[in-house]
Amino acid sequence: MYQPFPPDRSQYPAKKADGTLDIDLTSGKYLKLWQGPNHPGITGNMSVELTVCGDEVVEGKTHVGYLHRGFEKLMERRTFIQCFPIVCRICVPEPDFNEYCYAAAVEELAGIQAPERAHWIRTLILEMGRINSYMMYLGGQAGSLGQGVIGQWTTYVRDLMLDRFEELTGARIYHMFILPGGVRDGLPDGFAGRMEETLREIESILKDVYDVMFCNAVFKARTVGMGVIDPAWLDEYGVTGPNARAAGVAKDMRKDHPYLVYPELAFEPVTGKDSDIYTRADVRRRDVLVSVDLIRQIMAKMPMDGPLMCAVPNVLHWKIPRGETYIRGECSRGEYGYYLVTDGSGYPRRVNVRGPSYTHAMALLERMIVNISISDVAALMVSLHTYPPEIER
Amino acid sequence: MTMRELYDRTKALFPLGELIEQRSGGNNDLVFVTVPAAHLRATILHLRDKEGFSHLVLLTAVDWLEEGQFQLTYLLNNRQQAYDLGLRVMISRDSATMESIHDVWPTAATYQRELREMFGIDFPGSPRIEEEFILEGWNDIPPYRRDFDTLKYAQEKFSERPGRKTHDPETHMRQQLYPDMSPTGK
Repeated sequence: MYQPFPPDRSQYPAKKADGTLDIDLTSGKYLKLWQGPNHPGITGNMSVELTVCGDEVVEGKTHVGYLHRGFEKLMERRTFIQCFPIVCRICVPEPDFNEYCYAAAVEELAGIQAPERAHWIRTLILEMGRINSYMMYLGGQAGSLGQGVIGQWTTYVRDLMLDRFEELTGARIYHMFILPGGVRDGLPDGFAGRMEETLREIESILKDVYDVMFCNAVFKARTVGMGVIDPAWLDEYGVTGPNARAAGVAKDMRKDHPYLVYPELAFEPVTGKDSDIYTRADVRRRDVLVSVDLIRQIMAKMPMDGPLMCAVPNVLHWKIPRGETYIRGECSRGEYGYYLVTDGSGYPRRVNVRGPSYTHAMALLERMIVNISISDVAALMVSLHTYPPEIER
Repeated sequence: MTMRELYDRTKALFPLGELIEQRSGGNNDLVFVTVPAAHLRATILHLRDKEGFSHLVLLTAVDWLEEGQFQLTYLLNNRQQAYDLGLRVMISRDSATMESIHDVWPTAATYQRELREMFGIDFPGSPRIEEEFILEGWNDIPPYRRDFDTLKYAQEKFSERPGRKTHDPETHMRQQLYPDMSPTGK
């Protein structure tokens, strides 16, 4: 078990009667250190205010708000179809979950049903996005420990997948493809063959990543036994996704609350045992292989003809009766959900986005960051796989 | 166990409102129930400890300005049964205060901090509730309230970029497409 500091906790600040830490900054024993908002060891536009004693972090507070664009408020002033090109911007590396959850919530409240073929294409897109997001993570996790080359390899295969996105949707990052009522288009000619080539390249690169990153002695020394999430914390802190699966709990919304065509696909949630940084990285690496397999199944089983959109009312005058619903999906970070409230008008009354990073990067990170070394903060933060835009929406 | 049975059992203990089944078709896994604010903590503890609703999915507010009320939604999830239960608490907009549940789920403290900042709903006793969450130096009414006018705020706070023109879409497009036609379309 990796122990950054000896078990003697005498340096650790005592607690005051009200439960807050007794940190006297004027004593000269402690130092405030900001990691972020502009720092190579931070995940996106956020910052962590660290209080350190020597090398040891005694308190960490997450600060967000550098990327607040007020999406939820913006959407209250826009018609249902005008919200559709906005939602994808809430999460940059994996925008499709926003589109799917928003579209499904609108469909449910409006009482329309997307056609079967659209469900298959939606599932395909969500799995492609998942691979992209994991590839970004693997590069970041290796980079946080000084292995730059892994990021270059994973960016290469991510780029191949972006090419597939481009030919399917016309865009590389924000696809705006899954709209209420269905999807915009079917697969282009020869897509299956090019997708298969991409999948083979991903598998081949992942083998290299395994050899160079996961078998690397330094990577193991820095990550095994480091940043453990106690399974008892999962409910307390709302931990979902690979962070929960690495702790041995097979929480996967694709199985727990099946949506789209997942009931027709064969797969098992990937779980780990040790719940440390290494296990979380390994769970995500194996999850990529599951996604690769799912894409192959989808390509083989998908109906090649049929409608892509159902009949939708005139979107300029689309009024949806009063109601509320919650739609969720399993994104690469955990449970992604949209809570949509309508009031009978042509505008949403309230849209609330439940991003998994909201709990992971705030309450959970602040708890886990205590008593680790400054040099491990970046690795720990990346291992929770958080994207700040979905915290502040 | 169906949600209806669970509701009947819980209603015997707490004064719950009407059961609203969101997906009344085949897959009836999401329901909403209104709970009086005073009974929320007891209901949540009962559901968490006795009925397996151990996961707080989200906590958010809806502003019903016309009715003078905030709706707080506590969405709970029972993973074993794959059920979601949304507890709705209606509180007055004028004295928007609610009991904190940060001791039931530590992660609720983050949601409560956001609600205080964005909706002005106070949760006394919640950790770091006074600290700014997203906004910095905000001195207007909480921005996610319905009576906060975003356009008016932007016009007062920010100056227009010089040289920028705003067109009426209809006349502008008509002039672009049919330059010979008069602006009124005749």
